[in-house]
Amino acid sequence: MIYNVVILGGGPAGLAAAVAAKKEGAENVLILERDRELGGILNQCIHNGFGLHTFGEQLTGPEYAERYINEVVQLKIPYELNTMVLDLEDHGELKIIHAINEEKGYFPIETESVILTMGCRERTAGAIGIPGYRPAGVYTAGAAQRFMNMEGYMAGKEAVILGSGDIGLIMARRMTLEGAHVQAVCEIMPHSNGLVRNVVQCLDDYDIPLKLSHTISFIHGKDRVEGVTVMKVDKETLKPIPGTEEFIKCDTLLLSVGLIPENEITRKAEVAIDGKTNGPVVGELRQTNMPGVFACGNVVQVHDLVDFVSEESVLAGEGAAKYIKGELDTEINFDTKNGDGISYVVPQHVALKNVEDSITFYMRVRKVFPNHTVKAYLNGEVIAKKNAPKFLPAEMVNFKIKRSLLEKYPNGEITFIVEEKPEKKIKL
Amino acid sequence: MFDIAIIGAGVAGSFIARELSRYQLDVLLLDGESDVGNQITMANSAIVHAGYDAPSYKKKGQFSSTGNVMYEKTCKDLDVPFKRTGSLVVAHSAHEMMTIHDLYKNGLKNGTPNLRIIYEDELHEMEPNLNPEACGALYAGDAGLVSPFEIAVKATENAINNGVTLKLDTLVQDIKNNDGSFTLKTTTGDYEAKFVVNAAGVYADDIYNMVGDPYFKLLARRGVYFIFDKEIGNIVNNVIFPCPTKNGKGILVSPTVHGNILIGPDAMPVKKGEICTTQDRLDYVKANALKNVPSLDFRKIIRSYAGTRNTAVKADFTTTDGDFIIEESPVKGFVNFAGYESPGLTSAPASTYYVVEEVIVPMLEREGYTVKVNENFNPVNKRHVYFDQLSEEEKMEIIKENPKYGKVICRCETITEGEILDVIHRSAGATTVKGVKKRCRAGMGRCQGGFCQPRVVEILAREMDCRLDEVMYDKKTDAYMLNGKTKSVEEDA
Amino acid sequence: MKKDMTCIMCPIGCQMTIEGSEGNYTVTGNSCKNGEKYAIEEMTAPKRIIPTTVVVKDALIARCPVKTAAPVPKEKIFDIMDVINKVVLTAPVHIGDVVIKDVLDTGVDVVATKTMPRVN
Repeated sequence: MIYNVVILGGGPAGLAAAVAAKKEGAENVLILERDRELGGILNQCIHNGFGLHTFGEQLTGPEYAERYINEVVQLKIPYELNTMVLDLEDHGELKIIHAINEEKGYFPIETESVILTMGCRERTAGAIGIPGYRPAGVYTAGAAQRFMNMEGYMAGKEAVILGSGDIGLIMARRMTLEGAHVQAVCEIMPHSNGLVRNVVQCLDDYDIPLKLSHTISFIHGKDRVEGVTVMKVDKETLKPIPGTEEFIKCDTLLLSVGLIPENEITRKAEVAIDGKTNGPVVGELRQTNMPGVFACGNVVQVHDLVDFVSEESVLAGEGAAKYIKGELDTEINFDTKNGDGISYVVPQHVALKNVEDSITFYMRVRKVFPNHTVKAYLNGEVIAKKNAPKFLPAEMVNFKIKRSLLEKYPNGEITFIVEEKPEKKIKL
Repeated sequence: MFDIAIIGAGVAGSFIARELSRYQLDVLLLDGESDVGNQITMANSAIVHAGYDAPSYKKKGQFSSTGNVMYEKTCKDLDVPFKRTGSLVVAHSAHEMMTIHDLYKNGLKNGTPNLRIIYEDELHEMEPNLNPEACGALYAGDAGLVSPFEIAVKATENAINNGVTLKLDTLVQDIKNNDGSFTLKTTTGDYEAKFVVNAAGVYADDIYNMVGDPYFKLLARRGVYFIFDKEIGNIVNNVIFPCPTKNGKGILVSPTVHGNILIGPDAMPVKKGEICTTQDRLDYVKANALKNVPSLDFRKIIRSYAGTRNTAVKADFTTTDGDFIIEESPVKGFVNFAGYESPGLTSAPASTYYVVEEVIVPMLEREGYTVKVNENFNPVNKRHVYFDQLSEEEKMEIIKENPKYGKVICRCETITEGEILDVIHRSAGATTVKGVKKRCRAGMGRCQGGFCQPRVVEILAREMDCRLDEVMYDKKTDAYMLNGKTKSVEEDA
Repeated sequence: MKKDMTCIMCPIGCQMTIEGSEGNYTVTGNSCKNGEKYAIEEMTAPKRIIPTTVVVKDALIARCPVKTAAPVPKEKIFDIMDVINKVVLTAPVHIGDVVIKDVLDTGVDVVATKTMPRVN
């Protein structure tokens, strides 16, 4: 059988994309998931904070996932678990996916369109090159989270965490609740990388010290972690300052030092990748440069809230449904560009005919901007502005622009730039 | 009472054990680590040198030349990945070209085949990513890459299948010379053997000093390495050496047999066992690697590690030539296989053949033993399935035979449960997470076990019938992975 | 008295200031009523939601995620964890199932946050 849409990954992105594609008229949708159940990373994110935008409620990860899984079941969308995708072949109107599982063996799946939703993986100790020995007890925060919340084992009893992103903060609380002692969270930047509320309810609540502008310069212990050397870093160069070494005794080091979109299959299939996002170059309905191949979720850009993953994935689902009906316009009107202060912009291009009322551009700022505006320039003119009390690299910026503002231009380049707010004129 | 006890199950000890298993002898192979090949063997450059480097009057020169030629057959029999890529010793100046010429002359003396000097145009055509300032090189077509930890594991597997006994976690703490036999006092008890072969790597001098007056000393020099993501795999085609100095071969940029890129090692005198990396040495290696390959992207690094070489010097610290020490020691019946540094890996097939045929067997015969051939000796190992390398049809076939090959455990390297189960259940099989990693690469990819490690732990726990937190990363009890269950309530194991 | 604090009611995390005394507090900096409520509660009787797991038998995995259905007194967190850690569920479990009713007299239930079918 030839499917209409096959979705590579059954996490929040894949689930939302599947539901959207089916609702938009794609009859034969299939989800391929490598784990033993649907839900992806949400299954181990047992804390709450998900769903405020999508459902108006605060849910835990599994609760959020279950909402979508229920819809998948109701819509009778088939899925294969414990199934790994090894390859994606483009044969023009037909795509062939090479999948593998114990029951069916190594088998091909034919489909008209594909949505890539493989999520991302964690940056490792090896990748950041922490000097020292290579003992047991060094885990990425996500791996420790999985052991703890699914298999039910403690990674260790005395922990130090490197990286104050949300995963690191959440694990600081989680380990503490389960009886471990978290000695410190070290963050190389002068500000925390996660949501401020997480610093409060994960660190402050438990008196866990947050060492800003600190890094780990040595891992001690040959067989099992015995401690770490922590050092202060220069705020500009981020290099350790000699003489500031401090030894912290511990048996576990957790790393929360970045997420990397998992684009092995994408690269192998030679789909164009944006070096700034490490994800595929995509359009307004998340189409990649390979017709019929779409992508959404963390595989495109690392999101901070799952609600926006779901939002983005609806676009991809709709895009795939339009594509198989032959209704997807391919004429690109606009390219987007990251200007001063912006690290990347998604989508990287826009075909206006596929946009209904408005289009949301997702981006991140390069550093903290306390008193600034993000402006959208189209062919030299400001067409829209976005304000916020503060712009932080940790928080994705969603910049919604009305279609009507873009219609006037046949084509061009939309550049997003961070600019200082003008001085407020005081009326005397 | 064993006929022969071999102390140290690295490349050297495991090859010696295998060679000895060609004879009807009771051989004990022991190691203080909880796995074979856990020290120098798993932290080196993984290169099979062409053999032009060491002077021909040294054992290093003779055995590396012969060893190189023997590698194909040895790896084919043992089923170990081996590839001839060629190597280039690169010169950036006329002065360095003089060193290149010296190496070339030495290579000719050693009889190194496929050796020639190449100049700018050919050099840059061969290696487009090489520093444009490189003006010439010594090309050695026979240089190759091998998987050193796999070769030690598979040599041990073959040795055990041919009758050798392996004992791990067995650290030799003292040796008693009973004049006609030896008693090895170890952490797992006493073992008696008529003869001893000391292949204890960087600790070989400490081992020998338990029975005899020191006549050599081993100095540890640590080398730090980086491994890059396979993504940049073809940035170089040959092993790229800088011009050598008296410190050694220098920081190389090399492909690995598995398709990664490796840079290193530096050379830093350290205490034995000090195998940590340090920031300054890591930076040093990076800076020097750029000299030959300026476009290396350090953001693509996936791991760094360190290992120590052991250089032999005379006991009174005067310099020796730094050659292998392969001989019956002044203590009768005690054979030293020491000072086994580069080109130790390359020399292994030849040097171990030599020590068995020209040192150990004659020694046994001299002491009145009749050494009989083991008619059942089988040099060939059962093939390992490298699932990722199978064709589509072969993949489909093997999963039909064994569905476990349909479960991908290591996403980055495409390693299946079938392969993991295979390496657990062979002779000298894996019993730890690191052991699985060494034997089938699960965990060696870019995510460094982030995805597969929990699954590997589950598989080991199931196969060894123990709790997940009883599965070790490496050394038993010390390298524990998980520390108890998360709930205080009593539950079944 | 005067205190600065970050609201934790939602991911925005408004920076608020609370001034005043018992029974007579003023809150500024909040974007919604939830923030005001949180600020006053933080001063008088701080509460938190506890998300955690319990042991579960006969399910696909060894742990069932749970949470307190509403915030509970902050000072009781570890005592409540002790009670939760003694629970052993058996699959099937349905999302929303009450795992512990009125834990430690807080008036708050601990509920399952995942449906876990029975698996042999």
